[in-house]
Amino acid sequence: MIPAAFEYHTPGSIKEATALLSRLGDDAKVLSGGQSLIPLMKLRLSSPRHVVDINGIEGLDGVREADGFLRIGALTRESDLEASDLVRTRYPLLYDTCKVIADPLVRNLATVGGNLAHADPANDHPATMLALGAEVIAVGTKGERKIPIGSFFTGPFATALSPDEILVEIRIPASTARSGGAYVKLERKVGDFATAAVAAHVVLSAGGTCDQVGIGLTNVGLTPIKATQAEAALKGKRPDAAAIKQASELAAAAAQPSDDLRGSAEYKKDLVRVLTARALRRAVERAEGRK
Amino acid sequence: MRIQLSVNGEKHEADVEPRLLLVHLLRENLRLTGTHIGCDTTHCGACTVLLEGRAVKSCTVFAVQANGKQLMTVEGLEQNGNLHPLQAGFMAEHGLQCGYCTPGMLMTSFAFLQKNPKPSEDDIRWAISGNLCRCTGYVNIVKAVQHAAAALAQGGK
Repeated sequence: MIPAAFEYHTPGSIKEATALLSRLGDDAKVLSGGQSLIPLMKLRLSSPRHVVDINGIEGLDGVREADGFLRIGALTRESDLEASDLVRTRYPLLYDTCKVIADPLVRNLATVGGNLAHADPANDHPATMLALGAEVIAVGTKGERKIPIGSFFTGPFATALSPDEILVEIRIPASTARSGGAYVKLERKVGDFATAAVAAHVVLSAGGTCDQVGIGLTNVGLTPIKATQAEAALKGKRPDAAAIKQASELAAAAAQPSDDLRGSAEYKKDLVRVLTARALRRAVERAEGRK
Repeated sequence: MRIQLSVNGEKHEADVEPRLLLVHLLRENLRLTGTHIGCDTTHCGACTVLLEGRAVKSCTVFAVQANGKQLMTVEGLEQNGNLHPLQAGFMAEHGLQCGYCTPGMLMTSFAFLQKNPKPSEDDIRWAISGNLCRCTGYVNIVKAVQHAAAALAQGGK
């Protein structure tokens, strides 16, 4: 399958890239890992006239903790996240997530920034970032701005980024004591999108109640879903069986799946209930240092 | 667009359209037909090559993205007429039947063994989970990679 013809641009700096994007407008697409964009172009579901390859821009990759945040450069490959000791030891939810995105070969090119900016509700990082309360740093011709992840996804495959803006970094509040998270995904086979998946993040108080709760849902709606009622129900409570049961039922109620070849909407809603309970239990175990 | 790249240590130049896929550059322009096109949809891994040492699906990379980069294809495994231990392992353990997935399996395993020279069976199955084989059921492929890991640990042949 051959994509439609396009003009290829390789800006050497963010400034050059945003100037290009500003000039080209909707005719341009940003190429990072290309593992979603190129398949779409081959299927001619997307036929941009211009492709702006940002891989030559220095300083857009890498994972580090600084200023109270885990800072992930937008061009960080999923396989580098997976190989990072910092991520594996301190950010279990993120580690769970990057291990189940597509397959190992795709993860060698696919980027964290691309996974978010593509805004496919079936992608895995959006739910995880919603659960973690991340913020996205965007740079455009008018400068830099922070976008809370909760207002980043505006529709199916649509984000709050303007045509001249590039997502340059993701910031996650730094891991604290008594925090834990888990991502639980049901997929038919490695490389498939989730039938449904749930990201859960909790921070426990010294007394064992939930100080913070984040729950994100993958591929059960037109956008990634933050299960706010489920979060609110658990907040301030001890995460016992009854509280987790209630939260998982509220998460299922927040899901808006549709029937497809991965299952009926009814089945997927119930799956969200089961996966939410599993993700919350594992998140709590990790927060308590039991696992 | 004019591009330069190194494939299996040999420098190449080509004048390509930006939309040309890397796998087509390798097979049609450079006539390196060891790399196979399987599904052409980023699923099967038959087209796997090493781009700057990383195993990637060459049906999902534009040739222009490889400008100035080092590539390795299945043709680069054999050295001075000697099969690489992975190739020898696939022969010894019957790691292939039709052979269609084999170039991709070899390249994925090559990159994997460099990072993880003493893998468990689970590690190997995890590593090749982006490469599909429709003949062998993977059992002999896993044995072939284990065979190669053992041979490489003993210094090589």
